[in-house]
Amino acid sequence: MTSHPTAPELVCPAGSLRALKLAVDAGADAVYLGLKNATNARNFAGLNFDDAQVREGVAYAHARGRKVLMALNTYARADDPAPWYAAVDAAAALGADALIVADVAVMAYARRAHPALRLHLSVQASATTHEAIAFFREHYGIQRAVLPRVLTLSQVSQVLKHTGVEIEVFGFGSLCVMVEGRCALSSYATGQSPNNAGVCSPPSAVRWQEEPGGGVQARLAGILIDRYGADEPRGYPTLCKGRFDVAGQRDYAIEEPTSLNTLAILPELIRMGVRAVKIEGRQRSPAYVEQVTRVWRQAIDSAASAPARYRVEPRWTAELGHLAEGQQHTLGAYDRPWR
Amino acid sequence: MTTTTMDKDGRIAITVGPLLYYWPRDTLTSFYAEVAESPADTVVLGEVVCSRRHEMKLADWLALARDLAGAGKEVVLATQALVESDADLRVLRRIAEQGEFAVEASDVSAVHVLAGLGARFVLGPHINVYSRPALQEYVRFGAMRWVPPVELALAAVKSVNAGGALVPTEVFAYGRMPLAFSARCFTARHHRLNKDQCDFRCRDDADGLLLSTTDGTPFLVLNGIQTQSAAQQCLVRERDALVAAGATRVRLSPTSQRFTEAIGAFDRVLNGGHDAGAALALLDAISPPGGLANGFARGNPGIDWTRP
Repeated sequence: MTSHPTAPELVCPAGSLRALKLAVDAGADAVYLGLKNATNARNFAGLNFDDAQVREGVAYAHARGRKVLMALNTYARADDPAPWYAAVDAAAALGADALIVADVAVMAYARRAHPALRLHLSVQASATTHEAIAFFREHYGIQRAVLPRVLTLSQVSQVLKHTGVEIEVFGFGSLCVMVEGRCALSSYATGQSPNNAGVCSPPSAVRWQEEPGGGVQARLAGILIDRYGADEPRGYPTLCKGRFDVAGQRDYAIEEPTSLNTLAILPELIRMGVRAVKIEGRQRSPAYVEQVTRVWRQAIDSAASAPARYRVEPRWTAELGHLAEGQQHTLGAYDRPWR
Repeated sequence: MTTTTMDKDGRIAITVGPLLYYWPRDTLTSFYAEVAESPADTVVLGEVVCSRRHEMKLADWLALARDLAGAGKEVVLATQALVESDADLRVLRRIAEQGEFAVEASDVSAVHVLAGLGARFVLGPHINVYSRPALQEYVRFGAMRWVPPVELALAAVKSVNAGGALVPTEVFAYGRMPLAFSARCFTARHHRLNKDQCDFRCRDDADGLLLSTTDGTPFLVLNGIQTQSAAQQCLVRERDALVAAGATRVRLSPTSQRFTEAIGAFDRVLNGGHDAGAALALLDAISPPGGLANGFARGNPGIDWTRP
């Protein structure tokens, strides 16, 4: 099913062993996961893997010819970098096929302690050019880089022309409108950010406050992120997706709650030489992961085997539409309004 | 190349950070003429935020740099924080190769280019260094000074410097904090314009475009592709904590109102033995909507303001 030489690897999220197995069964080529601590960028209660679960997940994936990637993509704490080093050791010991890393301290340790361990450069390392990727390649031997969701198609193509490193791009899921790894909005409001704690707009800081008349206020660390009328659908108060006032206009001043969906440009991504497509969403349910994986498996197989005949099937769009944040899709930086 | 590796004993050097807004050229020129007369030790020049801003070309920045150097300032040229296109990379190479002034690397592309030239450089605040081993890596490639990420607490800076500073540390101590970058221009988006036809509307916002919560509380500032805090970082009362953390420099980020008075206030408190009370009253009075903040320094949400 994944044998076509030009087909990019489908890399799917797993916040649990159940999600990992469903992703593998639905056709993921690789599944990425994190440990139950601040060493990865989805450090949420009830999510992620302990050592035994990693071992079981690796065995399950390997038995079916698939890979397991371990996300170790936050920045080691100045007062206690030990958990990050321990996570590198764990990845090697538990048989992960690659580590997804962002911090040069972690990369240097991995190179020193486990030179055979394959390293992927996390999107949290914010490498937007072939020069940045070359830095991590030359000094730490990274073999793949995940591009931030900020480049246009032609910029992705330029990176591909100038690098020998495998390139992975985001295909589907929640959209960071900010350059990943360079956003301190969440820590500005709550003290916790993707870089320092592996979280953004953490649930522990969220308060829902009823208003007279049936409306509700969504607050993050006391800051009013959005206010919904009684009949309005409510979204999670991710800081950059709230409604704010700018010069008297109340609107989604930064970004609307939409999901990234690049199905429409998949053949172009493949033609350029993108080696892997990543699905966002380790915080999502196993059922979500399974559905998204199934659609993307079909899309990649279709685009790789018969690119000329490729089209986005209406049933794919319908299925993904139900799953999208705010039930809207965008091509993000690939699209005209961003330029 | 003029490079200052170590800072003078005792003095907390003052760096004027890069101008993050898009000001008309005359405004910019008179601003730096005032800075030249101020007690600032170092001035960082260059366009960090947006490649479309064109009032100042590299040659103009270099001319200004020479003027400031002539006035006794150490000058550093900063690279753009978000490097995306081949054109961005060409500009970056020209800055890296000019050889006359030290360069502040604002992203890892710049680190790679500068390291390849064997240049020594300042590690800007947008490069993620959260620990001593991370800083050690960049020092290995030529970093001669570092500005920690704005969200890094002084306690963490202290951990990085424990066992002796690897290179001088410069802490972001005044001004609206650069919190995030995007491919998307939020100023243009607010005006319902595309980025490549933005009419340079950010020129209207001398200190950025204020974003408030629905209940009217100033929260953030839109500055093109950059998002800043509405609150001004203000560490004028944190002298002891800065020294304890091993900081030997502070960075003051340009604002449009009475900025050189802010430089004077910081210098008097950090280096003149003055009480911080009067300085704080001044900084409070000249700050734009959003008030003051020192939360990040104390390991709290960055928006917090605790009177020491």
